[in-house]
Amino acid sequence: MTAVLEIEGLQKSYRSRRRGTRNALDGFDMRVEAGQVHGFLGPNGSGKTTTLRTLLGLIRPDGGRMRLLDHEVPADLSAVAGQVGAIVESPQFFPHFTARETLSLLATAGQVRSTRIDEVLELVGLRDRSRERVKTYSLGMKQRLAVASALLKDPRLLILDEPANGLDPGGIREMRALMRNLAEAGTTVLLSSHILAEIQLICDSVTIISLGRRVAFGPVEKVLAAHSAGTVRVRLEAVADLPEAGEALTRAGFRVTREPDHLLLEGVEEAAMVTRLLAGQGLYVSELVWVDADLESVFLELTATAPAPGQSRQVDQSARPAMVGQRSAGGWGA
Amino acid sequence: MSLYRAELRRLVLRRLTRWATVLGLAVLATVAVGVFLSNQKIDDAARAKAQVAAEQYWQQQVRQTEELRAECEQAAARGDQSDRFPPDCSQISPPPRDVYPAEQYLPTTFDFRASFGQTLMALAGILALVGFVVGSSFVGAEWNTGGMMTMLLWRPKRVTVLLTKLAALLTGLLALAVTTTVLWFGSFWLIATTRGSTEGMTAGAWQSFALAGLRGVVLALVAAALGFGLASLGRHTAMALGGAVGVVVVGQVGLGVLLDLIEAKFIAAWLLPTYVQAWVEKEVVLQDWQLCQRNPFGPCEPETLTLTWQHSSGLLVVGLVLILGGACWAIRRRDIS
Repeated sequence: MTAVLEIEGLQKSYRSRRRGTRNALDGFDMRVEAGQVHGFLGPNGSGKTTTLRTLLGLIRPDGGRMRLLDHEVPADLSAVAGQVGAIVESPQFFPHFTARETLSLLATAGQVRSTRIDEVLELVGLRDRSRERVKTYSLGMKQRLAVASALLKDPRLLILDEPANGLDPGGIREMRALMRNLAEAGTTVLLSSHILAEIQLICDSVTIISLGRRVAFGPVEKVLAAHSAGTVRVRLEAVADLPEAGEALTRAGFRVTREPDHLLLEGVEEAAMVTRLLAGQGLYVSELVWVDADLESVFLELTATAPAPGQSRQVDQSARPAMVGQRSAGGWGA
Repeated sequence: MSLYRAELRRLVLRRLTRWATVLGLAVLATVAVGVFLSNQKIDDAARAKAQVAAEQYWQQQVRQTEELRAECEQAAARGDQSDRFPPDCSQISPPPRDVYPAEQYLPTTFDFRASFGQTLMALAGILALVGFVVGSSFVGAEWNTGGMMTMLLWRPKRVTVLLTKLAALLTGLLALAVTTTVLWFGSFWLIATTRGSTEGMTAGAWQSFALAGLRGVVLALVAAALGFGLASLGRHTAMALGGAVGVVVVGQVGLGVLLDLIEAKFIAAWLLPTYVQAWVEKEVVLQDWQLCQRNPFGPCEPETLTLTWQHSSGLLVVGLVLILGGACWAIRRRDIS
């Protein structure tokens, strides 16, 4: 497949006399294929927004290479800017302008036909409220306006940073449908979000970043499969036998998590090993199911950001992957 | 060109632009109405009235003088040696008639040739203030609200975007300043015609006023560009407005006090308003009376220093180059977050 976005070894450091040097991006790689909805995930402060800003020419990188739609950026950014629609973080607008005025000014500046304004207002559901001042809008409506401004160019690549922020459940569903429709129409969508269930629902592929480095990438199902193998849920005929079963399985080398009415086992190669072991102890299995991990648990595992009881995690406390093995052998972020 | 058109439209749509323009025009209109109401046309009746008033006042003074002399003579007859009166009562004499010319009793009238030049300073000052506020807000609010970032996502040429925005600002302000200046000339010509005099307006006088008006327009544009540059450097409107307050309070009042304490010569030559005045009024002659005070003999001739509009133009150019150059350098080099 053709890549519309390729990043290789991207580096960005912030230097401060008081706090020293902080590597926001530490050799980050990324590749987004044409026509896909690609999820871009990472904990707070992991470098997502820095990556997007660098890609869009707002931040000067310290090293690495980037290509957008077959053009080197930032050098050729002017050549592709008209084909890339983007919202970065929470976009803000002049409160006293109406949505229509806001879009009209952008359309004039970008030489976009004025009929496109009505099209995007219709798409994001602001048609009937477009003549109201932005200051009267809710957060979700502002977010819709931001998405409208990004769609105004009829872009080949759409970059959206937290587009569901502030949207109601209906709005989230509409946004999901919009992403899918755009992708089916040939637009590539890069979606940065913390709503992992949404990402899992609408994305074809994902990249997960932690402390400025890529920790996982690829099609969603492959990423999940790579991190969910060997987990089974075990129920017994008698719930009272769960403690005894847990001890027996732990002694056998399985990683066991006790739940009120079942056990979760990790590191299982064959289900038969579990049934045989428990039957040998006089404990009889009523249910044994392979468990597919969801994106949230994979994310928490890869970034080591799962909350631990009694501990408060700091923003920069994430997993730092080793450089070796994370970088592909060659090519753009592949 | 499309970006320029969009920025020009954005400038006109902005609420602060509209309010600042209305407020500036309201102040100027108030000045014009005030001048209109406080002046009168001088006709034969007014001159006759002034003649009568001057005569009455002189006669009143003559009466009071005669009464005083009479009191003096009575005191002398009583042998009163107090200091209330001079030793020789004949020294108390009435003032001559020509001390009270009728012209002093004429109502105030607006002489276009003599007075219009001073009003141009007020016009230039108000236009410059409007230009500075609108200019600083035009880019400062964009930085503050993220509008500049949005625009750079559409047009990723930073310096081009900044300078196009400046060009739109200056175009809008030029239209406002030229229109206002023309209206100002017209208004005061009307005031002079109905409430004063337009005598003595030679081609040279017109040329002088036209050039002063032009320099006022240029001052407004420079003020707008400086406000724009400062707000862009600080990425906030408050940077320009705070900077202006800082310059006025610390740079001007503080410097003035310091220079006064060390008895520096030509203190006004260190103060920006002097250069603004020199720019609009073509020149300002400063006088230093310290030398005169040290020489008690002979007539007092203070040392003078003439500041011309050319001196001011050097200052304005240096300020523009430093601040706008700095703004262009900063937008090229600094990350946008």
